[in-house]
Parts: sequence; structure tokens; C-alpha cells
Amino acid sequence: MKQEFTVTVYTENQIGLLNRIAIMFSRRKINIESLNTSPSEIEGIHRFTIVINELEEVVKKLARQIEKQVEVLKAYYNTNDEIVWQELALYKVPTDEIAEKVKVERLLREYGARAVVIRKDYTVFETTGQREEINKLISVLEPYGLIEFVRSARVAIIKASSGFHSKLKEFEKREPGEEVIENEYLGQGDQVFTM
Amino acid sequence: MSTIEKAPAKGKTEQKPAVKNISGSVAVLEAFLAEGVSTIFGYPGGAIMPIYDALYDYQEKLRHILVRHEQGGIHAAQGYARSSGDVGVVFATSGPGATNLVTGLADAMIDSTPLVCVTGQVFAHLLGTDAFQETDVINITTPVTKWNYQVTDATEIPAVMAKAFYIARSGRPGPVLIDITKNAQLQKFDYEGYTKCDHVRSYRPAPIVRKEYITEAAKLINEAQKPFVIFGQGVILGKAEKEFIKFIEKAGIPTAWTIMGLSAIPSDHPLNVGMLGMHGNYGPNVLTNECDVLIAIGMRFDDRVTGRLDKYAKQAKVIHLDIDPAEVDKNVKTTVPVWGDCKETLPLLTAQIEQKVYPQWLQKFKDMMKEEEDACITPELNPTTEQMTMGEVMKTLNELTGGNAIIVTDVGQHQMVACRYAKFNQSKSNITSGGLGTMGFGLPAAIGAKVGAPERTTVAIIGDGGFQMTLQELGTIMQAEVDVKILILNNQFLGMVRQWQQLFHDKRYSFVDIQSPDFVQLAKAYNIPGKSINQRADLKSAVSEMLNTKGAYLLEVMVGKENNVFPMVPQGCSVAEIRLK
Repeated sequence: MKQEFTVTVYTENQIGLLNRIAIMFSRRKINIESLNTSPSEIEGIHRFTIVINELEEVVKKLARQIEKQVEVLKAYYNTNDEIVWQELALYKVPTDEIAEKVKVERLLREYGARAVVIRKDYTVFETTGQREEINKLISVLEPYGLIEFVRSARVAIIKASSGFHSKLKEFEKREPGEEVIENEYLGQGDQVFTM
Repeated sequence: MSTIEKAPAKGKTEQKPAVKNISGSVAVLEAFLAEGVSTIFGYPGGAIMPIYDALYDYQEKLRHILVRHEQGGIHAAQGYARSSGDVGVVFATSGPGATNLVTGLADAMIDSTPLVCVTGQVFAHLLGTDAFQETDVINITTPVTKWNYQVTDATEIPAVMAKAFYIARSGRPGPVLIDITKNAQLQKFDYEGYTKCDHVRSYRPAPIVRKEYITEAAKLINEAQKPFVIFGQGVILGKAEKEFIKFIEKAGIPTAWTIMGLSAIPSDHPLNVGMLGMHGNYGPNVLTNECDVLIAIGMRFDDRVTGRLDKYAKQAKVIHLDIDPAEVDKNVKTTVPVWGDCKETLPLLTAQIEQKVYPQWLQKFKDMMKEEEDACITPELNPTTEQMTMGEVMKTLNELTGGNAIIVTDVGQHQMVACRYAKFNQSKSNITSGGLGTMGFGLPAAIGAKVGAPERTTVAIIGDGGFQMTLQELGTIMQAEVDVKILILNNQFLGMVRQWQQLFHDKRYSFVDIQSPDFVQLAKAYNIPGKSINQRADLKSAVSEMLNTKGAYLLEVMVGKENNVFPMVPQGCSVAEIRLK
């Protein structure tokens, strides 16, 4: 069954690499739901966070093929249970309407929203959270003439990850890494290896 | 921001060469010399003129072969790489020069051929302005290169070239393209010498060998009753032919090859049971679905090899040896993956397996070969028809070369017949476009193959259709005096498509009826002697004349118009459903 996966890719910071990674998805006709690229915890190493809806089997092959690219250090894929993730959204609404008709304090409290800009003509709220929370606030604000809305790409932290510093040290060594490429039969030797 | 690291300096004892002030163009050529390049296939043009100007002074050290089309240049470089086992090098200019490389890059990418292509590019300040002969070559070639990079500053050139050669030839090889803007070619800089690259932080050429998997693999092999080895080009690319033969001889396992692996073991090896795939041999295909342990070495389970995947070797435990982790489980689920360079993993595996023979199992392959002989092979090699067959031409060629020639093929029926019937005594002798199936590959690739192995007889076997796709390279053969024997098997059809139209489209021959020029006259115009025959009686003497003529020669053999290649695994069928007729 297709489900949401977050693919995290650690790369060198190289011009053209975004294209090289993006075509891995478009070649298989996979739609990228959200894409974020930013520096990582290590200077000079970039981190891509890509959200797609796919079968695990496909994502697994995809991650290996992404990792094969010369300037990619590592590609991980995770289900939503395995990550902590957030998105950020901005909402622009007419100030007079909102001031008159909405209990702003309640809004701020209930949705964890913040007023970023308050002008005579419009107010910009900001909220961070997951998709449903962000969407809920849209539906609340929509009746009051939501002028503009924008949501950022997902950023995600892998729960089980211990960071990339030690991995990078491995990469900088000249011998092949100890990294185990998982195989579904690993650890089930008894069932598989008897004939 | 760029992350091209300067290659680290070697031991301290090495003396630092004196700093010279050179141009980016000279730096490119110095890199070639340091990497052991001796031949460049190329075509000049506006944006690569500074490099060609520098090349003028390097003619003694670097042989440049002027091709007639950039596609010819890159296919020649592929042929060179495949026959020599080294990196092929190509020059092309910007714009159309670069786009003409794309087919060859795609071919080299899918067939893992090491290439370094250098393209000229417009001045850096003109990038993105739709300048004359500007094209976004980096983005166009991204999906068909192992790595590509645009240089806009000459000081980057030594490190970038070192990285290019390292990436092209290490791990699973592949094509690399370096695009150099004209200003960088012209720019002078202080050159501190060339240091070869042996490490790129983000790049793992080969995964670590996992010894416990080798033990598991050996255990499976030792317990097997009907093991079967299938191998591909990985054995040749890994230069592991000897290790491979030691392995199969100790294991005593019947062994079949993909067309990319062909020639890695001698044709007459007692364990060689033949060819896999759509037009492969009967036994290897059928018995794939009967073996209990399938040992795949340096091959990638292409759909032309596996047929219908959900009915492919389902009964078998699969051991897959490959240098590329992305290949494991890609098409066929692997029971035991053995990651790593097979030159390293095969000896480890050989050490752990028992010396064995499987006479009954091997006999099964022989019995099926007998069946295939009666149904397909004998009528092909010793036909009773009036018209000649492609197979009998191959048989005659085998007799006269003794299996010592390099055979380069194009794509189509003749390719399948050549791969099925050509005999080989040594590795790196079969050069064909396997993955991409590029018609027009044959003639230019043969030029490169001959240049890469000048002491060997090189025969290009080409159909009448494919020959007309790149026949301009006859000009290259003429000018560079390349001793290529061109054997055109002319059935006056685009034969493979015609065969499919006959079998699967009710004989509706839609645009496969191709006319040809007088090939012998055409060759004559290029000063290449030739002959055309349509009588069996002339075959042996004509092939012999071709082989014994000094220099290039073109022989056209008229063969049966509507002959088909059999056996055949029809598309969408399992390998066990292979048809003998």
C-alpha cells in the first residue's frame, strides 16, 4: 500500500545536484509532495527532506539509487512514525474583519498561532505544526477573507538518528564503510539457509 | 559554491614540480597524459577551439582521431574502452556537438562503459543568454552520466579532470562529462602539477565485502543439487575472468552468460552452456526455472534476460554478486547478496566451496542443446535453403578467425545471431550495444575497438539498416587508416522489427522495407575495397579475402529476407516458455 515517506538525503553542496536528485523521482513518475533543502548539522553538508507517497519497495530502491549518485553521501527513508516533523504556514487576513469578528486571543491560544505583522489593512499569522493543524486554521480564517496562504515544505528529524558527524568521519576515511546495507533476509538465516 | 577538493598530496618525499603558468586547455591535455590517455576521438568547433589549439602541440603524444559526427566519436570511444579495458576519451564542441553525444552517453551509462567526455562551452559570462551554440549540456546529460561538472575557472581543471577519471573507471564504471567554458580554456594559471584522485568523500566505488554473506552463499552452493551460474559484464569490467573460471571449475556448475558477459570465458569451456535471454539458448532459459540455487555474477537481471519477472526462477535461492548495491533486489529478490568487486569476492567464495561436479544436471543442458540444434541451430548453420543465413556466415567467420577476432555488432537480428554463434577464445572480444540497443553503434565502435587493441583482427558485423545510421564514419576509417573489417549482413529489411511484425502483428510489415545504396560502391568512394556476394559458393573465399586484405574491407553478404532468429522468449512470457520456432 502506498503511504507517506520522508526521504532524507545528505549531500555535498553542489550546483546541479537538486536536478540530479529530482530526476530520480520524475523518471519513475513519482510526484514530490514537498521538498526542503537546507544546511545540515555539519558545515558544507546539505540536507534534502523530500516527502512522497509510495510503496515501501519502490522507496527502498529509490533511496539506493539516490545514494549511488556521486555527490550523495547517504539517503534514508522513514515513515511518519519514525520522524518528528513540522511545517510552517503564514496566513494573511484583513485586519478590520479579524479584529471585529474573531476572538484573536482564543485563536492564538487554540492554534498556537502568532501574529507576525499587524498593519491597518492586513495581519499576518504564523503557525507551525503538522498538516491537519495548519489546515484547521485555514478553515477557521477562510470565512474572514483569507487573502493569502503559504505553507513551507516539511522539515523532519529522524527519531533514531544519532546525527551525521560520525558517519561523515567514516566517509572521509579511504576504506569502504562498515555501513550495512540492509537485506530482508539478514537475521533470518535459519529460515532461509536451510535447504 | 563548489566542493571540488584539491586532490591530497602524496608522500612528502615527492618533489614538488616547478610552478608553470599554463592555460586551462594545456591543463586538460596534461591531465590526459598523466592518466595514460593515448587516443582522443573528437570533432572541433567554436567553443572547444582553445583546446584544439593546444592539441596542435601535443600531436606527438596524443593521437587525435577526427570522426565524422560526434555520435561516431563517442561510440568509437566506447569501442576503445571495451577492447582495451581503459577509459575512452572524447572531445566535442558546445551546442550541437554536445547534444550529439547524448545517445552514446546513454549507451555507455546503461552498459557501464568508462568514458571521459570533454565538451567546450560558451564563455562563462554568456551562460544562460542563449548565446550561439549554447546549450545546457549539464542538465541535458545529467540522467545519462555517472557524473558531470561544468568548469568556469581554469584553476579547477587539474582536480576536476583527476576526479573525472577516477569516477569513470572506479566502482561500476560509467561515462563522465566535463563541460569547460571557453574563458576557462583560455585562462592562464599557475599549474602545480597533476595529482591523481583516489578518494571522493561522498562516493563509495565499492561496498565493503561482508564475509558472513560469503559464508552463507558458500553454504547454499555446497548444499545445492542443481546450481546454475549466470554472469554478465561485471566479470569483464572487474578484470576477474581468471577468478571466475577458477570459481566455476571448482564448483563444477553449469554457466550461462548475458550478451554483455560474452567472451569472458572461452566458447568451448566445458561448463559454458550458452546464452541467456530472449534469443538465448534453450537449456539456460528453461533450466533457470528448474535450478535450486541461481548464482548471478556481475549482471543486472535485464528484462531481456529474465522475461516475465513474476515467473522468473521463483523456485530458486538467488545469490547475487554485484559491485553496485542498487542492483541487489532491484529486479529479482536476492536470498544472499554478495556486495563487492567480484575480483575480490570470487576468490573468497571459491575458498569456501567444495570441489564438485553435477554430471546429470549438466547433461540436462546438453540434452536440451541437442533439441535446440535439431530445431534451430542446424538449419541456421548448415541451411538447405537457397538463400544464405546469417548463422552460416558466422560459422565461416569462426572457422577463418579461429575465434581470435574481436566481434563488434550493431543492433538487431544480426546481433543476436552473432552473439549466439560467434566463437571466442579471449575476453573483451565481444563488443555490442546491450542495454540501450543503439542502432548505428557498430561501425564507429569497431573503429574504437581496433584502435584500442591494434594487434587484433576486428570484424564489425552490421545489418543493412544500422549501417546506414552511421556510415559517415567510413570517412574516419579512410583518413585514420583503421583496419576494420566490415561485414554487412543484408536482408533488405529492418529484420528484427519485421520478425516481430510477422509473429505478433499479423505480418503487417509497417515501414521495415528498407532500401540500401550500393555498399561496395559507397566503400569505394572512401577508398575502401569491398565485395558483395549472394552465392553460398563464394562465402568462404569472400570472407577469407576480407580477412586477408591489408587495411579496411567491406563485405556485403545477401542473406534470406525473411529469416527469423530462434529460439525466442516472446515478450510477456516466462523464460520457460521459450519457443524453438
